[in-house]
Formats: sequence, structure tokens, C-alpha cells
Amino acid sequence: MEKEKHYLVAVFDDQDDFLHGVEHIRHAGVKIQEAFTPYPVHRLEDALGYERSLMPVAAFCFGALGTTFAITMQTSMMAIDWPMIIGGKPFLSIPDFVPVSFECTVLFAAFGMVGTFLFSNDLKPYKVPKIFDIRSTDDKLVLAIDLAKNSLSEDQIKMILKEAKAEEVYRKDFTEEENEGSFIKYLIDLFNNGVTRSSRQLS
Amino acid sequence: MQVISEVREPLVTGGKTIKDVTEDICKQVEAPPTKLWLLCFTGSVLTLAIGGLFVGDMLWNGIGKWGLNKTVQWAWDITNFVWWVGIGHAGTLISAVLMLFRQKWRTSINRAAEAMTIFAVMCAAIWPVMHMGRPWIGAYWVFPLPNTYGSLWVNFNSPLLWDVFAIGTYFSVSLVFWYIGLVPDFATIRDRATNAVSRFFYGFLSLGWDGSAKTWMHYEAVSLVLAGLSTPLVLSVHTIVSMDFATSVIPGWHTTIFPPYFVAGAIFSGFAMVLTLMLVIRKVYKLEHYVTMEHIEMMNIIIIVTGSIVGIAYTTEFFIAWYSGVEYEQYAFINRMFGPYWWAYWAMMTCNVISPQLFWIKKIRTSLMWTFVLSIVVNIGMWFERFVIIVTSLHRDYLPSSWVMFSPTIHDIMSYVFSFGLFFTLFFLFAKFFPVINMAEVKSVWKESNSKMYRARRTISNADVPKEDRVEVHV
Repeated sequence: MEKEKHYLVAVFDDQDDFLHGVEHIRHAGVKIQEAFTPYPVHRLEDALGYERSLMPVAAFCFGALGTTFAITMQTSMMAIDWPMIIGGKPFLSIPDFVPVSFECTVLFAAFGMVGTFLFSNDLKPYKVPKIFDIRSTDDKLVLAIDLAKNSLSEDQIKMILKEAKAEEVYRKDFTEEENEGSFIKYLIDLFNNGVTRSSRQLS
Repeated sequence: MQVISEVREPLVTGGKTIKDVTEDICKQVEAPPTKLWLLCFTGSVLTLAIGGLFVGDMLWNGIGKWGLNKTVQWAWDITNFVWWVGIGHAGTLISAVLMLFRQKWRTSINRAAEAMTIFAVMCAAIWPVMHMGRPWIGAYWVFPLPNTYGSLWVNFNSPLLWDVFAIGTYFSVSLVFWYIGLVPDFATIRDRATNAVSRFFYGFLSLGWDGSAKTWMHYEAVSLVLAGLSTPLVLSVHTIVSMDFATSVIPGWHTTIFPPYFVAGAIFSGFAMVLTLMLVIRKVYKLEHYVTMEHIEMMNIIIIVTGSIVGIAYTTEFFIAWYSGVEYEQYAFINRMFGPYWWAYWAMMTCNVISPQLFWIKKIRTSLMWTFVLSIVVNIGMWFERFVIIVTSLHRDYLPSSWVMFSPTIHDIMSYVFSFGLFFTLFFLFAKFFPVINMAEVKSVWKESNSKMYRARRTISNADVPKEDRVEVHV
């Protein structure tokens, strides 16, 4: 793996220009590393050619697990381990088990899916975000292009980005340290002198 | 292609740009607390503390401090429980049900409404916990834990246990839904922060969010599935709450209409509470361009609809009591109307059935003052509804020799005040330190619904817009 990374960053203002721009750039044969947006842009995943999200599948699997868990728990407690006559009902009174089974299904599905989401996207409290342009969480739409992964020259890509109506195009290099952000380092920097070049200056 | 009706008002008015959205919402979080906020917050904490003294006394000496007696074993405690849970329902309705229906106007109110849901459910949860008397061993009564207290496991045939699962799931799923929605906004605040503490704090909460397209794609899928899960969940919660009553054999409780009737009532009171809170936030934080009159009118319309459903439910209950031919049932309803608690019944009828009908008048439903007053009236009415159902059914049961009246003690009243203290303390903390409007979602609907685009669309049919304001639009 390379130690330093070199990127071209393209900044867009309007979401429709951005979507058309992405299509134009990919059509011209430039590989886009990733797009960063302050809000979800619909159809951007199609423009970037991403596969559909499999989160609903995770939700279904965890939900099924929850149902199984709840039915097993209630049956084993009420009918097998300690059967008791309650209101003359049968030990195994399935209709009474429906509400708890439903709630467990929802609980498992929601937590399982969100857990999968956080895990698969590597979202965690001590993660140091790698920020290309600070405005990408405010109002601008940002594209990052990894120069090492493209066969075209930097100037050629710059041309293509300009053609795609990018407002601003500039080069950004990440040192090895910035590339593999360490949380401890981030904290020390934060309370010493403010953080990396990507962030706003601390007052 | 999104097509927006030309008669629909824009969602964000005042010609705001996307940058303005960030600026307007973040500035509330970044600015030092105002005097007004400090005053309100101190007031809430004091209320919580004074209520807490009485709650502590009640826990020390036992719930005999409440005005309950042998006949009326449930009164203010369960009334307050049902009332608070009901209030919570509007938040989920706005964030989940309206999301599934693609109602874009929900984007600027869902954050505060969801926060309200979470805090209201917390306030609701304190009632069953207090009613346990000895809450420190309560875990054995509500969770299926192995123990030696008697019957080994909890009773899965009991609706009270279903409630534990329903409220627990509802609270935790709502919390997760709310938090996931907050993550992108925390990242925005993190990247704007100019002091180390808030950059660390919001950085920690934002989970290293960078807004990459891949994360957004999964995020969207997760939000949609969570909305799909929350919709039946929210309906199940109040259904199960109503089963606490409906599965018993007390006259006035044992009816099949309870689940839909309770759910409608919950949404009704929840929207009233959302309005009360939003009108204050909107005024204090100057968010008139985000929470517009359109939003308020929409919520008022929901109040008319659910208020009318509740009205029909009251009438149906009455009719069925007569039609069933069960004399106990008939007596319970006559007693509600003309018995010793007649004032509670008529307060409920006036506040819940008559007052929301005023919203049919456009002037009233678009008036801030009327909306604010009526939203409070509705919540008073909904509290009385639960009181009427619970106390008037219990105080005169099958055995006339045990007929009694219920009157609250100072501990009943102060426990209720305590729950208000808790609610407002949490809500004021939220309003100061968290973004009160979901910035990412407002930005995502900004383009198709801001006033400039709106005017541009109007130019297609209206030639009277000045030429310089016209924007070329491809529909």
C-alpha cells in the first residue's frame, strides 16, 4: 500500500449539476474515489454505479432471529420449564404470545440493522474522519479522485472536471499520518493546536 | 421526476440558501445560552427537584402516600402513564408514518417531535416503576429473569407484561432512529466548531461521519426500514396499552373498540403537544421560515381528523353500552356522564370533541394564538379522558358496598409535577445542545421546495412574476 495519497478534489454547488457532472466524469473514463455530500442526493448511487444497499436483508435476518427467539423463549418458559394454569388458559397459548413476538422482531430487526450499518460503514465514536473539503458537511457537493488509480494525467482529469461544471478543482495530498488517522493523535492535536489542515482553525 | 403541485406553498420560505440552513440551525447550538434559556432551564430543574422530594418521600414510605384505596387501585399513576405514552406517539407518526407517505413537510419538525417522543416515553416509564413500590427489585417482575420469588417466570399471558416489551422496544427503537438521524447534523456542527471541547464532543457523537455517497446510500435504506418498522410498532404500543384495560372485566373497559380509539387519541394528544412545543421553539429561535404556517395548518388538520375519530369513539362506546344490554356496562356510562365525576366527563367532551372542531375555520387554524391555546386545551382534555376511563369505571364497581370516591393527595400531584420537570429539563437540554431541525433532510428537500424555485414554477403558469425573478426550469 502506498504511503502518501494524492487526490483531485472537485467542488459542486447544485445537486443537478453534480449528478450530471458525475455521469459525465465517469463517461470520460475517470474513476471516482468517492462523493461527499451534506445531504442525501437521490440517484447519486446510480450515477456512481453502486450496488443496491443490502441493509433491508440484514433487517429481515435479524427480525427472523427475533421472532424465533421470542417464540422459543415464551414456549419454553410457559409450557415446558414451569407450566402454570393462568385463567384456565392452555399452557401453550399461542395468541397470547403474538404481542411479545412482534415486539422482539422489531427490536432485533432495528438493532441488528443499525449495528450492521455502523459496523459495515466503520462508524464509531473514536473514528477520525478523513475530510477532503470541509464544506462537504455544510453546503457543497464534493468529489474525490484518486490520482494513483487513474491512468489519465492530472491535467487531463482537471479538464474533464471543469467540463463537468465543477465550481472549483484543486489537488489535495494526504500524508501517511493523515491517511491512517489515529484517534490518540487526533485528541492530542485537538487540544494542542487545532486539527489537521482540513479542519477549521480553532479560536 | 418530482412534480409538485403549483398550489402547494414552499416548505422553506424567505429565500434561504443551503448555507443559510446550516447557519440558522447551528447558530443556536454554538451561541452561549441566552438568559431566557437559563431561566427556563432553571425553572425546569427546580420543578424536577421539588417534585423529586415528594417522589423520594413516596418511595421511602410506600405508595400509600398516594390517594389510592381498595376500590380505586389505579388512578393518577396510570392516567399519567397513558397520557405521556400517548403524547409520544406523534413524534413517531411524523418521523415514520409521514416518511413512508413521502410527506416532505415533516422534515423541519421531525427532529423536535422525535425528541419529544423519547422524553415523553421516559416520563411515562416512571409511573409503572413508581407503582411497583419497591422498584429496586422490579426487574424480576418485568423481565424474564430466573428468580426464587414464586412463579419462576413472568406471565406472558398478561397484557401488563406485553406493555413492558412494547414500551421497551418503542423507547429503544425511537432512540436509535432519532440518533441515526442526528449523526449527519452532528458532523456539520463538528466541522464548524471552533473550540476544542465542542469539536471533541460533537466529533464523538458524529461517529466519524464524512457524508460519503456510500454511507448515505446505506443510511437512506436504514431510515426507510426503520420507518417501516416503527409504523406498526407505534400502532402496537398504544394497542397494547389499551389492552391493559380491555382484557379486564371492568365495565367501561371491556370493549373491543379500545385499540383504535386509544391510538387515535394518542396521535391527537401528541400532535397537540408537538404544536405547543414547536410554537415556542419557532418563536424563540426565530425559525418562522422553516416551521411555516403551512406546517401549523397541516398539524391542525391532523388534530381535526383524530379529534373527530375520538369523538366518534366516545359515541360508539355509549351506543354499544346501550345496545349490548349489559346493565353494568350501561350503568358505567350513565355514571360517567351524570355521576359524581360528571365534571371530568364534560371537561373531556368539551376539550376533545368540541374544541378541535373550531379548526374547521381557516382563520382559527392559521392563527398562532388560537393554535397554541387549543393545543393546550386538547392535552387537558386527553388527560381527563384517561382519568374518566380509569377512575369512573373503578370507583363504582360490581359491589355497591365498596363504592368510594378518589381524591388525589399532594404526593399524587407532586409526582405529576415531577414528570413535567423531567420532561422540560430534558427538552431544554435538547433544544440548546442539539440541532432542533434536521438540517440534512431540510437541505435534501430544499431544491424542489424553496421559494425561489417555487416562484419559478409559478412562472410556467403565471406571467406576472418579474422577469429577473424567473428561473429556467425543466419539468
